[in-house]
Amino acid sequence: MTDQQLQNKIKTEEYFINMGPQHPAAHGVLRLILTIDGEIIKNVEPDLGYIHRSIEKMCERDSYQQIVHLTDRMDYLSSHINNVAVCLAVEKGLEIEVSDRVKVIRTIIDELTRIASHCLWWGVMGMDLGALTTYFYAFRDREMINDIFEETCGARLTMNYNVPGGLMFDIHPNFVNRTKDFITHFKTKIPEYDRLLTGNVIFQKRTKGVGILTREDAISFGVSGPTARGSGFSSDVRKHHPYSAYDRVNFNEILFTEGDTFARYQVRMMELWESVSIIEQLIDNIPEGETKAATKAVIKLPKGEFYQRVETARGELGVYINSTGNKNPYRVKFRSPGFSNLSILNHISKPRFRNTIFY
Amino acid sequence: MTNEDLQHIITSFGTDLEFTTEGSEFLNVIVPKEQLHSICSQLKSHPELKFDYAFCITGMDWVPALGVIYHLNSTELKHEIVLKVMVDDRENPTLDSVHDIWQTADFHELEIFDFFGIKFNNHPKLRRLFLTPEWEGFPLRKDYVDEANMIIK
Repeated sequence: MTDQQLQNKIKTEEYFINMGPQHPAAHGVLRLILTIDGEIIKNVEPDLGYIHRSIEKMCERDSYQQIVHLTDRMDYLSSHINNVAVCLAVEKGLEIEVSDRVKVIRTIIDELTRIASHCLWWGVMGMDLGALTTYFYAFRDREMINDIFEETCGARLTMNYNVPGGLMFDIHPNFVNRTKDFITHFKTKIPEYDRLLTGNVIFQKRTKGVGILTREDAISFGVSGPTARGSGFSSDVRKHHPYSAYDRVNFNEILFTEGDTFARYQVRMMELWESVSIIEQLIDNIPEGETKAATKAVIKLPKGEFYQRVETARGELGVYINSTGNKNPYRVKFRSPGFSNLSILNHISKPRFRNTIFY
Repeated sequence: MTNEDLQHIITSFGTDLEFTTEGSEFLNVIVPKEQLHSICSQLKSHPELKFDYAFCITGMDWVPALGVIYHLNSTELKHEIVLKVMVDDRENPTLDSVHDIWQTADFHELEIFDFFGIKFNNHPKLRRLFLTPEWEGFPLRKDYVDEANMIIK
């Protein structure tokens, strides 16, 4: 009996199933309303807002220095990069040029943040597929980065290390040596990651050809970051609109054209090497200079609109500030990468088997 | 392409378009709401413009007008503009959806409907995205008051 005949013989009907809001495979609070027929996904409707914290509304009330501290809660795996985005937007408005020292330190910590975020992603990606070891391997290495952050910033996740005009204080004397030690250690670990998961046949069978996103759809859906680059859409903000010290380092934008889950996986794995390379180029040449430009205690941006984008671990984060000249912004909009990337979920997950939605 | 060249091409797309670069790094085009959809589709399809990437769509409350700001980019030709559209009616603000031009607008329009109450014609399924369906009012409007949950300084 062919599959089609079998399908005609077995009567099935569509029904709804709730995935989440709390689900062990959803890393965050997200409810998906699935319409399924047997095990085949017909429709996926995300229901958001379970952890919406109205940060945009709070920004309208707060001063520019205070806004920085709200942003690391938006995505605590990219907290430093989010902080930098707001600081750069405010600096753009004030027309402040930060010192080279600040630029280089920001870039190094940005890349350490990206490695930490990709480590966590790699660990839980393997875990969701049943490979629990990846989680422990990744968290072992991520812990070293968190220790470096803790020593310099006093915090491990929500770092609050940036202020408009520069850094809150200088790096810890151990920062350079510990970062170098980490890089030496981590370079031996990425091949280990590949040996453990990338080459695994089961892993490849479950990710190749799954969730295919074409380049045209990636652009139309506003997808960015590794997700877009897995579909061949060159969207790296660090290349196209360089900020901090990205214009003085050599690195490659990783592009794959397959557009499936495995391509997106490979982009992130190779980005680990690029981040390592960026840090290696900068860590021995941190220029001397002041760590904070003089700003007034009450920052007032001139009347106008300021847009700044940065590349977080998940993609393009845009900060739009509309100022009327007061000490509070009139409107702040965060164009978050996750929101646009999530909107493709319905598009790429059907018609697939239900268990594929997790990755 | 320079802002002047962009302005030169876009002028022919509609009537009563306003152009300004004041207080912004981009060329701002203020579009009458009736022409929004036709201008957007021309911006995407014109061979010298090809604005295919709507990288930020923002709801705005310029009291008394409500509106939407579209940040557009051409991934091939690398130029960028900002489109602004305003609607004066606060009771029943309605704009045309552009989700058929840029699919990302689908979710962004839901967000704007949720927080500003702007309705979008032809949107596939307009609904509350973040808030519960029975929520009253639109929180990001400037005149929104919620004494229980807001701290107003």
